[in-house]
Amino acid sequence: MNKEVYSLCFMCSIRCPIKVTVRHGQVKWIEGNPHVPGIEKSICPRGAAGISMLYDAQRVQYPMIRTGERGSGSWKKASWDEATDYIAEKLKKIIKKHGGHSVVLGERTQLATHVSKTFMKAIKSPNHFTHDALCKGSVNTACRSLFGIPDSEVGIDYKNTKHIVLYGRNIFEAISVKEVRNLMDAMSGGAKLTYIDPRVTVTATKANRYWMIRPGADLALNYALIHIILKERLYDAKFVNRWVLGLEKLEDFVIPYTPEWAEKETGIPADEIISLAREISKDKPSVIFHFGYRGASHANEIYVRRSILILNALMGSIESKGGIFFKKGPGAVGGKPARKLVEQKFEKIEVPRFDKVGTKEFPLPDPNHGVGQMLPLAILNEDPYPLKALFSFRFDPLKSIPDSNLMLKALDKLDLIVTIDVNYSDIAWYSDVILPESSYLERTDCIQQANGLKPQMFLRKQAVTPRYDTLEGAIILKRIADKIGIGNYFQYESMEDLVKWQLDGTGFKIEDFEAKGFVAYGKDQIFWDRNDGIKLKTPSGKIEFVSSLLENAGFKSFPEYEPVQVASEENKFRLVVGRAAAHTHVSTQNNPYLNELVSENLLWINSKKASKLGIKDGGMIEISSSVGSGKIKAFVTDLMHPEAVFMLHGFGHKAKKADRAYNRGVSDSVLQENITDKTGGSPALHDTFVTVKAA
Amino acid sequence: MSKYYLYQDTKKCIGCHACEVQCKSNKALPVGPKPCKIITVGPRFVGNLPKASYVFMPCFHCENPWCVAACPTGAMQKRIKDGIVFVDHEHCVGCKACVAACPWGAPQWNKEIGKVVKCDYCMGRIDDGLEPACVTICTTDCLEFGTAGELGGVRRERFAKSVASLD
Repeated sequence: MNKEVYSLCFMCSIRCPIKVTVRHGQVKWIEGNPHVPGIEKSICPRGAAGISMLYDAQRVQYPMIRTGERGSGSWKKASWDEATDYIAEKLKKIIKKHGGHSVVLGERTQLATHVSKTFMKAIKSPNHFTHDALCKGSVNTACRSLFGIPDSEVGIDYKNTKHIVLYGRNIFEAISVKEVRNLMDAMSGGAKLTYIDPRVTVTATKANRYWMIRPGADLALNYALIHIILKERLYDAKFVNRWVLGLEKLEDFVIPYTPEWAEKETGIPADEIISLAREISKDKPSVIFHFGYRGASHANEIYVRRSILILNALMGSIESKGGIFFKKGPGAVGGKPARKLVEQKFEKIEVPRFDKVGTKEFPLPDPNHGVGQMLPLAILNEDPYPLKALFSFRFDPLKSIPDSNLMLKALDKLDLIVTIDVNYSDIAWYSDVILPESSYLERTDCIQQANGLKPQMFLRKQAVTPRYDTLEGAIILKRIADKIGIGNYFQYESMEDLVKWQLDGTGFKIEDFEAKGFVAYGKDQIFWDRNDGIKLKTPSGKIEFVSSLLENAGFKSFPEYEPVQVASEENKFRLVVGRAAAHTHVSTQNNPYLNELVSENLLWINSKKASKLGIKDGGMIEISSSVGSGKIKAFVTDLMHPEAVFMLHGFGHKAKKADRAYNRGVSDSVLQENITDKTGGSPALHDTFVTVKAA
Repeated sequence: MSKYYLYQDTKKCIGCHACEVQCKSNKALPVGPKPCKIITVGPRFVGNLPKASYVFMPCFHCENPWCVAACPTGAMQKRIKDGIVFVDHEHCVGCKACVAACPWGAPQWNKEIGKVVKCDYCMGRIDDGLEPACVTICTTDCLEFGTAGELGGVRRERFAKSVASLD
């Protein structure tokens, strides 16, 4: 007999709705949830590899306690009681001696993040951070500087757009199924795609216009676009007059940034820049300048992202069909969101965060996420205070924080490292204890509050019982909490208990999710009234081109353009990184099917440059930066800008039990220097220069 | 020919390989064999624009299949009711004659069982009224499955729209 379960994928962080078919206790088939518009049975290659993940013996099968040196791979198998006793005993000592704030928990945001946050609040530590800042901290800050609303509450109406401009948002390789399908629909109906990237990607091959921009020069391009849009009055005057604060200042500011000037900076012909401005203006307000998915490339990241958002405001493509919109929560239709454990009362925490977010030193990044790349610096410098214990929850500081060697050094100063993960990540391998989490197919999870044009809730529901001795993350944290005397904050015995408590007061029951996997608060899409109803949360209630958030903290709203640095040596390049459709960040490289598709990363290098350096296609390259080095195969190509080299993120794994990915390719994090956009919060992942030579 | 036709709308294909992975997952195949495969040709610049082809390669289910003729045991067969070419593992001895015979590389070697596997349009699914695995989950819906007579409409419609003048 087949059983069908509606759930949520978790091969990446997007959480596409899925339908899982189970026969005799085994998952036999996964498809996209047919009831969800824009999904309609579709999945991406990673989603298709879910079964391969589930039955992979190379994931963590039971709790393990380290017996040898850190990273040596000597482990003993432990029961859950043994493992949590071990952790609890160490943790109690650390908290007693150094205070709760000496404990840090880093995670990739997930449905049970409110549980981890509760755990940290209960031990009186302000040091919860998410991966978000490492990916898009500056996008978040840019959105708040203009709208008073973070990027997570801003959506994109791909389906109805007439023209979309993507700045390295490689939408057809870094796949979100619904976004891809909605954009493809729009393009089938005639929507245009402009793609800007120093590298030719799959997305570039589908574009109507492609610009191989000089890496790092996006801001120059945007200043010139703004220049021409204001000069030729190509903007949506009605929208701008109603909603924008600071247009005159922007007009004055962009006077020197002509298309001819930008041509020299970007390599894009001035007449082409002008023609994009004129062309896209004709389709306003159903146009999108995509503000980015990952926004963590340069030290001026926040200003690049602001310039993109400003272009949308000028086109009036905010809260418009086919433009960008603000997501609506249940409150918009008189509904209530699912409860979260953090609603409980906690003692006030007086110490600053480890990353100093919220202090004068680092005022603007979002304290809900923190700034993860500060972790090695905070540990090594004991600034603002000593840190002693790290919990890594589905997050790998060794592969996601720039400068892995620095991170390793920092880890050596810690008394306790605990990893909660499905896979043998590099941090799991370097931990004192690994606590294996049940995979997404084996667990029920906390409610997903899906805000958007139509507020909804989704449920990840257990499809099969755990194959190995694993537990749900929220149960793991509860078990540790029970043993360190904070169990009163975790009053549930099972995930079902927790979900039922979450739904209390929402008017929905857990059974309501059975029919389709989700529930909706209302039937219609909600757009706010563009004349009077846009609920901006800036102090002025307007879109603040001149930003009170920035200026009050001592930052400029419009900084002068600083030319991009270009390496003077022939063998030196800017390192840029990105994604392939086959892999998610650092977590899928060992998946049997996905590893079969892409098993190692290559170094893309421009043909002419390679020829001068004697580098041959497929030959080995020695690559090094100021902080690390490695050996990687060359991909010699015309598809790469000559000033940069490119590699896929997430390779070069060091956990030996992840055998297929072990030592395959090079980890970009080993090469990247730990540079931060101190205004916005993102790391500058494309601001490292590397030296290459034929090995 | 089989009575079916599997159409790939190359304009919508993004070469993501979800079809390949779902196919393998559905047939519980090990690393190695790929009954369907996307082959990327390019990208290369055509004028100012980089262009690439993402070519979908399943089995063509030929009218006179070389593989069936070459098979010494009768394992490789053509289904009478609809012309699907499939391999019956009961009779496959792993001689690879079909692999050598097929001009398009459709039969694949499964080293775990020492037998050949190939695209059979997921005939079990078709008999259940479903579509092949690859078509069902295609990320962009660029794959369509139907009887040969029904298909081809997409290209006609798109071409008509592109040349239409509403003046």
